[in-house]
Amino acid sequence: MSEALRLEGVHTFIGRYHILQGVDFDAPAGRTTMLLGRNGAGKTTALRTIMGLWRASKGRIALGSTLLQGLAASDVARLGVGYAPETMAVFSDLSVKENLALGARNGPLDDDRLRWIFGFFPALRKFWLSRAGALSGGQKQMLSIARAIVEPRELLLIDEPTKGLSPAIVGSLIECLKEIKATGVTILLVEQNFRVAAEVGDMVRVMDNGRIVHRGAMDELAADAALQSRLLGLSLDSHQ
Amino acid sequence: MSAFDVGAALPRQKIDILPALTPVIVALVAAPFIGSFSTFLTLTAAGLAMGMMIFTMASGLTLVFGMMDVLNFGHGAFIALGAYVATLVFLPLASWSNADSVALNLGVFVLAVLAAALTSGALGWVFERLIVKPVYGEHLRQILATIGGSIIAEQLLYALFGPDQIPLGLPKTLQGSFVFGEAAVEKYRVVATLVGLAVFAGEMLILNRTRIGLLIRAGVENREMVEALGYRIDRLFVGVFMAGSALAGLGGAMMALYRGQVHATIGGEFLVLCFIVIIIGGLGSVGGSFVASILVALVANYAGFLAPKLALVSNILAMVVVLLWRPRGLYPVSGR
Repeated sequence: MSEALRLEGVHTFIGRYHILQGVDFDAPAGRTTMLLGRNGAGKTTALRTIMGLWRASKGRIALGSTLLQGLAASDVARLGVGYAPETMAVFSDLSVKENLALGARNGPLDDDRLRWIFGFFPALRKFWLSRAGALSGGQKQMLSIARAIVEPRELLLIDEPTKGLSPAIVGSLIECLKEIKATGVTILLVEQNFRVAAEVGDMVRVMDNGRIVHRGAMDELAADAALQSRLLGLSLDSHQ
Repeated sequence: MSAFDVGAALPRQKIDILPALTPVIVALVAAPFIGSFSTFLTLTAAGLAMGMMIFTMASGLTLVFGMMDVLNFGHGAFIALGAYVATLVFLPLASWSNADSVALNLGVFVLAVLAAALTSGALGWVFERLIVKPVYGEHLRQILATIGGSIIAEQLLYALFGPDQIPLGLPKTLQGSFVFGEAAVEKYRVVATLVGLAVFAGEMLILNRTRIGLLIRAGVENREMVEALGYRIDRLFVGVFMAGSALAGLGGAMMALYRGQVHATIGGEFLVLCFIVIIIGGLGSVGGSFVASILVALVANYAGFLAPKLALVSNILAMVVVLLWRPRGLYPVSGR
């Protein structure tokens, strides 16, 4: 199994706070790797550091053979990395169409790809010319993810996509993530909803206090309630 | 062009028309107090012209402030620079300005305003690289650095051109007035209004119909996300800063011609007004600045006629009233 993304000894400070304290993990190519952990473990910081939005003070981040550390976020994105942040960061004063047009950096919007996206998120078609700020929280989340996948990407970084979504939308999202994975895209997904993680994840990396404390297959973690409880303070049963 | 452009439109966003009507409302309220229609027309035409010149100066500042989050107190230096560059074009070409040829008259005018805009834009690039770039993200240092840069620029203008006012006459064709019944509207005010409208139309066209404009609008709201989508926001920043400086220079040249004289303090004088306008309009909003410029200019003109003492504080009062009504300005931009 080849590695798409590898972090080695990555340290990140935010102000005087030492958030990532030597993070080591990899995300295999074409697989969905879940990044789990309690609140404040450093998951979002890890994604932002990979994306170049925060600078790693030490360590190595590689996408294939390309080193990412020290690159600006725009350069990381140009390598084929899509990012859907926890805050969604849709452009509220722009229409849905304009938001997606910005996501399509390499050319005009591709109709076939749009149809594919609308298959998961029909609301985006309905509100195509509406201001993104007028969308509901769930619709904004759809837009954020759609923007990240409106062009083919090599690596997708998605931060808590199901937060605040209704179960129906979560279902669409899971289908969407599965289909994206089927196209060969590597996905690194931060998720609090363990059921979603168990359903879409191939691999899992668990973070605690700015370090990786567990690496393995997602189905092994999903099947081991004691391990879940020890690593995450929960068990899958509690999410039934 | 995506196929989804056709027939896919559903709920379109509502246009908030009320803020755009505030200048009209102010004019309608003031009209009965002014009494004479010709006086009202003269005051309103003068207000529109002044508003357009203020808009030209302020629209660059709102983009720089809104998108780059830069408190550029050096913006006034580009207003003054534009005024002086226009003078440098007009003085040697005085024969064109005084000729009986409309083409020569308009030629020197166009040359002067273009030179003012281009020179200010080019020096805007130098100012951004030397003074603004090192202090991105640090408001206090931005204020200190840009005020410092502004003082240096003003003193350089004093050193180069002396402390005295330099008279600047209008080209022959633009002198005089159009007379409508008992009302007289200066020709140059009409020209200033047309230039301001052209600047507004151009900016709206670029912002709403081009990819660069889309990026600027997105950047005003969330610079980080624009960068995370793969766009080099720093290059966009430089372009916007240069455009903002060029517009300040253009506005400065227009204003100097309107006043008929140039002095280095013109920049500082209008900088405060520019800040008032972008706050009233909503930080980062070009449309808001457009409405706010007209509003501020009309209020100043009507107040100057009806209650001269009130005119001194009319801009501040207008800002207070607008902010009490809409705390984030007439057309607030999301994320600001």
